[in-house]
Amino acid sequence: MKRTALAVAALALSAALPATAQNEQFVPANFYWVGPYAPGGSGFGGGIIDYMAMLNERDGGINGVKLTWEKCETEYNNARGVECYERSKKKGPTGATVIHPLSTGITYSLIEKATADKIPVISMGYGRTSAADGRVFPYVFPLITTYWSQATVMVKFMGEKLGGMDKLKGKKIVLVYHDSAYGKEPIPVLTDMSKQYGYELTTIAVPHPGNEQQSQWLQIRQIKPDYVILWGWGVMNPTALKAAAKIGFPREKVIGVWWSGAEEDVLPAGSAAKGYIAAGFNSPGSDFPVMKDIQKYVYAKGKGEFEDKSRFGSIYHTRGVVAGIVTAEAIRTAQAKFGKGKPITGEQMRWGIEHLNIDATRLKALGATGLMPPLKVSCLDHEGSGLVKFQQWDGAKWKVITDWMEPDRKLVRAKVEQDASQYAKEKGITPRDCTSD
Amino acid sequence: MLYRESGQFKSTYGQDQQIFPILQDRIAMVALLVAAFVAVPIFGDQYWLAAIITPFLILSLAALGLNILTGYAGQLSLGTAAFMAIGAFMAYNAMLRIPHMPVLGAFAIGGLSAAAVGFVFGLPSLRIKGLYLAVATLACQFFVLWLINRVGWFSNHSSSGVITAQRMVIFGYEFVSPAAKYLLTLGVVAAMALAAKNLMRSETGRAFMAVRDMDVAAAVVGIPIMRTKLLAFAISSFYCGVAGALYAFCYLGTVEPEAFTLDLSFRVLFMIIIGGVGSILGSFLGAAFITLFPILLNFASKGLEGVLGIELDHAMVSNTEAIIFGGLIIFFLIAEPNGLARMWQIAKEKLRLWPFPH
Repeated sequence: MKRTALAVAALALSAALPATAQNEQFVPANFYWVGPYAPGGSGFGGGIIDYMAMLNERDGGINGVKLTWEKCETEYNNARGVECYERSKKKGPTGATVIHPLSTGITYSLIEKATADKIPVISMGYGRTSAADGRVFPYVFPLITTYWSQATVMVKFMGEKLGGMDKLKGKKIVLVYHDSAYGKEPIPVLTDMSKQYGYELTTIAVPHPGNEQQSQWLQIRQIKPDYVILWGWGVMNPTALKAAAKIGFPREKVIGVWWSGAEEDVLPAGSAAKGYIAAGFNSPGSDFPVMKDIQKYVYAKGKGEFEDKSRFGSIYHTRGVVAGIVTAEAIRTAQAKFGKGKPITGEQMRWGIEHLNIDATRLKALGATGLMPPLKVSCLDHEGSGLVKFQQWDGAKWKVITDWMEPDRKLVRAKVEQDASQYAKEKGITPRDCTSD
Repeated sequence: MLYRESGQFKSTYGQDQQIFPILQDRIAMVALLVAAFVAVPIFGDQYWLAAIITPFLILSLAALGLNILTGYAGQLSLGTAAFMAIGAFMAYNAMLRIPHMPVLGAFAIGGLSAAAVGFVFGLPSLRIKGLYLAVATLACQFFVLWLINRVGWFSNHSSSGVITAQRMVIFGYEFVSPAAKYLLTLGVVAAMALAAKNLMRSETGRAFMAVRDMDVAAAVVGIPIMRTKLLAFAISSFYCGVAGALYAFCYLGTVEPEAFTLDLSFRVLFMIIIGGVGSILGSFLGAAFITLFPILLNFASKGLEGVLGIELDHAMVSNTEAIIFGGLIIFFLIAEPNGLARMWQIAKEKLRLWPFPH
């Protein structure tokens, strides 16, 4: 009886709610909580939701506009991702504000749909690299840094370790990659750089899901490379580290991509992971002021996305928080132009992201200094930063070992523009003029 | 009471041999087609059209293709997704490389290329049967994906191996909106389903079934085994190839080879097992069950949360949905091993006698 009464009350409440709560900004939470990639999906999704919940609790939203969200399970599957996108795009008073697909495959599937629907797609550190050319891809934002930028920084990092870029000549580098669109993304840039710096590049594919890599690492043992770049995802990463340990390849010479550099990637490998280095565009940790705020306003009140509190402040979690910061700041920027305290549309959000400028002072005000690099986006440049840090696993936690490192912007930009213009030609798109905007 | 054939007399062979000999069935079918072609695009919103009904139709076509091979000709195959991949990538290449290529022509080229590959990988079926043949077609699944991944020509040397479908224009009309894409898909699927139904009622179809039931006996009565088996592989692959092209052009728009993994092959196989092996209708019912049910469950759990006014742990809900879905599959297989199509048939037979069953 009591339960029925509760249910009736809840029904009445939910019927009464929409009438009063129109001042809302809807951000879809289309991530994945099940399947082999769940650690990444739930961690990143948890971070972005935690940050939005914190803004609602601490500031009452953005200029009084509450942030709302709804979870949709994509299973890291393109078809389900598209289904979730279609389901979420009309929700809320102004529709979906922005989509974080958190999958390169889903991002590719959404590029055209979202552009037609005027909903920005933020593919932070994944997705189609050449979307950094905002003239051809007005609604797609591979923010902060792209795979190609990262590949150039990796080569630079190896050069520095060897004592200068000229020392790369004649060295052997092996790329072990997840055999998918995601894994193949860095190959053209690494190949170009091998011509420039004279290193010898071998690419070795690992078929999905990557839990069997014996033959690949035997091949590596024969090649005896100076460095191995690990471009893995999910279960492939710990397997690779264990295989490296088995053939006695030093883990300090294995450089991972940022999707290979979370706690979930090294913990299952145990001691085999010690010394392994990975790139990152966000730092882990729970001591940043913004993380403390999330602790205070969300977790201390018994809310928050993680039941397992040890995941708080992990790489994926802070990466999600960075995504939350970028999203919220873009909404704030758009509101400043189109009307404070009012929900914005997807089109206005695009303007907001394109005029996003998170400099060092703003980062300090947000309490996120060191958590993410400064970011300045423009119509022409949808990447905005390109900076990458490196971190090393000491057996218990990730330790940041470099400052933010610059990519080879000239090389990356030239390739981005070349690829984007080919896409524009194929699709019959006339690139936007960015000088007037 | 309403569903009864008494009083319907057939005076020609033509009437006796039509697909739906009962008047009520014909009326229902016309109503269904009118609803699908007219009512759905008018009343269906974008979400339903683009995210649910279109992929359902496309996967129905793939299931239909597999059903021709497995259900009618009795050759087990695990290469469905590979044939779909061939269809998608070859249709893309046809549009890209042949000037003024009509989009339906590109779909046909995709289907024919898949048929050619199916023909080649059907050759082992002459010597091996059953589960062993499934293993041979598994090789096709891996080989085709490997080929598309390795040979740059297929994806026009895109660095990531991803293709983006071209614009679809037929007689100057561009298919952009979800409703238009839905109608194009529906048109292709309806035409091909009708063709399949008739094919299975023809001499070819009877030869397929004879080979399925006992190939030695079929050979004895004069059915050419080699021709029949290879034809079954070619036709089935053609259907899968067209389904793959539709998957790329009308549904996702952008595809990577990973969209066509073994996972998809298994899903299509489950569709025909649940829907009904050796039934055109079963392909549609099975596709509906496998594609729509998880989404329905998802809505149900959302609704439950709303009614109870609580927020359940999302990971738990998602996993529970998967468990319920698996349980339902087992339930249906136990309740009716011959699939949903057989259930439908039993229901119809009962309906004929209702309300006076003897």
